[in-house]
Amino acid sequence: MSHIGRSSVAAKRQARAHVFAALGDVTRLSLVAKLCGGQAYSISQLRQGSKLTRQAITKHLRVLESLGIVHSIRTGRESLFEFDPQPIKGIKEYLDFVSEQWDQALSRLKSFVED
Amino acid sequence: MSNQIEKRIELAAPVSRVWRALTDYREFGEWFRVKLDGPFVAGQVSRGHITYPGYEHVKWEAVVQKMEPERLFSFTWHPYGVDPKRDYSKETPTLVEFRLEKTATGTLLLLTESGFDKVPTDRRAEAFRMNDGGWTEQIKNIEKHVAHRS
Repeated sequence: MSHIGRSSVAAKRQARAHVFAALGDVTRLSLVAKLCGGQAYSISQLRQGSKLTRQAITKHLRVLESLGIVHSIRTGRESLFEFDPQPIKGIKEYLDFVSEQWDQALSRLKSFVED
Repeated sequence: MSNQIEKRIELAAPVSRVWRALTDYREFGEWFRVKLDGPFVAGQVSRGHITYPGYEHVKWEAVVQKMEPERLFSFTWHPYGVDPKRDYSKETPTLVEFRLEKTATGTLLLLTESGFDKVPTDRRAEAFRMNDGGWTEQIKNIEKHVAHRS
């Protein structure tokens, strides 16, 4: 257990669970894998090489957008979608934080049983 | 990036000693820095509060899952559920497992905490649940990228 002020950590936990869960879907993960190259893509471009309908891709993009993992930019007739690394960095930082707490606790356990 | 935490630590103490430090509620409290109300019992809720200075108001609550002597101790909890106003009971907890193995010099302790991907059990969230094993490999690529861009 850590002891840093964490009410905000607690409040963000729900959002992180959604990010983990959203990325657990193969289609969404593949969309993220494509978008995280840094280039913005249209839905048509994202559909290339995929059997999914435009509607299905759109649905997945909306899920990612609702979590801030992608943003849409309007350009002329079409929306382009681009990747935002922040939410994924957020869950990584959270795991690193929990991990660090365990390192400290286990180090105390080690001193405790070895004394 | 994995969705679970894994730790291995070699302890220069016999398995029986480590087992006691993990499962005797007073000893657990010493190193974990929590004052527990009573002994750990499989299937039952363990309550107490943190003893770390400045955080005495923070409650500890876990549900003991397994106590297989000198092998496996596990509990579920809401890691860092420290906001007294928030109701954590509706959120899916994570599972913490301590596994012990005898070694030539003492004990190998394997710790895992898993279940960070589980979302609260409302229907919308149900649909988003993690569903495959390809996650770890694919997410590594994303992680590389994220690290690169940050």
